[in-house]
Amino acid sequence: MKPLLEVKGLNSWYGESHVLHGVDMTVREGEMITILGRNGVGKSTTLRTIVGILRERKGQILFDGKDMMTVPLHRTAHAGIGFVPEERGIFATLTVEENLMLPPVVAKGGLSLEEIYGLFPNLAERRTSPGTKLSGGEQQMLAMARILRTGVKMLLLDEPTEGLAPVIVQRIGEVLKKLKERGMTVLLVEQNFRFASKIADRFYLMDHGQMVADFPVSELPDQMPMLHKVLGV
Amino acid sequence: MIFGIPVQAFLGQLLIGLINGSFYALLSLGLAVIFGLLRVINFAHGAQYMLGAFVAFLLLQYFAIGYWAALILAPLIVGLLGAVIERTMLSRLYNLDPLYGLLFTFGLALTIEGTFRYLYGASGQPYAAPSWLAGGTNLGFMFLPNYRGWVVVVSLLACLGTWLLIEKTKLGSYLRAATENPVLVQAFGVNVPLLLTFTYALGAGLAAFAGVLAAPVYQVSPLMGTNLIIVVFAVVVVGGMGSIMGAIVTGYMLGIAEGLTKVFYPEASNIVIFVIMAIVLLLRPAGLFGRDA
Repeated sequence: MKPLLEVKGLNSWYGESHVLHGVDMTVREGEMITILGRNGVGKSTTLRTIVGILRERKGQILFDGKDMMTVPLHRTAHAGIGFVPEERGIFATLTVEENLMLPPVVAKGGLSLEEIYGLFPNLAERRTSPGTKLSGGEQQMLAMARILRTGVKMLLLDEPTEGLAPVIVQRIGEVLKKLKERGMTVLLVEQNFRFASKIADRFYLMDHGQMVADFPVSELPDQMPMLHKVLGV
Repeated sequence: MIFGIPVQAFLGQLLIGLINGSFYALLSLGLAVIFGLLRVINFAHGAQYMLGAFVAFLLLQYFAIGYWAALILAPLIVGLLGAVIERTMLSRLYNLDPLYGLLFTFGLALTIEGTFRYLYGASGQPYAAPSWLAGGTNLGFMFLPNYRGWVVVVSLLACLGTWLLIEKTKLGSYLRAATENPVLVQAFGVNVPLLLTFTYALGAGLAAFAGVLAAPVYQVSPLMGTNLIIVVFAVVVVGGMGSIMGAIVTGYMLGIAEGLTKVFYPEASNIVIFVIMAIVLLLRPAGLFGRDA
């Protein structure tokens, strides 16, 4: 498979604070990648820098062959990158359905409203409720569902299982598998190592604002001692 | 007689209250929309209201364009001017302390009002109500000047239309979402900078619309906005900054409260709105309809 996202020597800053120190990574079409790493090593920042929310950045980001460094934030989605933030970003003043319909469709191939309600029946039942009246799990489903409508090629997911009950985490895993079957490319940041180990094709290990290792899921058993050392799991 | 007050006087003041309330509602609505999304306290709002009235006056003076066309054209012209101001100047201040936006719009108001005072003097210019709305109607219990009835109805419709635009349309959902989290909405592919420009233009256009409506009621004068805007700020504070429905309802409520105070205790009519503001701030700092931050 050809590379969809190529990141080379990516640096970024929050004001004075230099967070990413030369991130290199490649994500191929249809892959599901998980970035592992301790708190504060720059995993979320990597996603936010790729999307372009963090604009104090240097280096190279190629998406689908296109240079993303000069693309304004509101054109990132149109290039094919969808983002689900860690805080989920469900809007309180919008109903569930308005939340769902908010991100503009950028390409064909997204799920229709019917397909989304089929995949997430809870959302259909509560379509007229304010978005933030949903439970945490439902809000995460909504945050993912609304990006799936848009037809983006790649999904950047920041800690989708954080603070959710095991049964909901399992549900999110199923949804991600379904997306993978549909050919969606996913870049995931995840603290829940067990969850990540079940769904990812490949892992990047991050430390001090850099990628320090990458390996496919088949090598996971061999890598465990090293992961123990770096992650403390 | 109601509480020892003749019904005529009571209803007359109620109507004046309702008219003033219409202007308060239209103006505070625009302020609330702008503040909600741009986080800018638009001190130029009174000047934009005055500009609306003046554009109507000048259209008539130089192009013989009458009231009805002015009611559409003046808000468009002032809205466009607002868009240019937002794009070229105000948008540069978003990353700074909100105080800069306030100072800038305050300076803008002084500049606009000063320019018009220089050109047209401080005294008012008359602007006739359209002949179709001249005269009045005897409702039996009171005499209603037709134009004033029209102002109440049309401003209510404009408020309702703006509310529907914001609460029930796709564009409105962008506006509401961007009010909560502009960065994420932009990451979703919505051109938020353009949305900000549109919003400022919408607010300025609403102020100008109120200005055209006001032209036949009050006189067209460079300072007509200065007197009004202070009260309108009080309305926005009572309603709750950024609350659309709050701004509308509070506008009418305070207009009526002011009108009725003129009947029962005229001495207090100039300060009643500020007294209410002080009480509301003491009991509910977020305003009657505001969400607690």
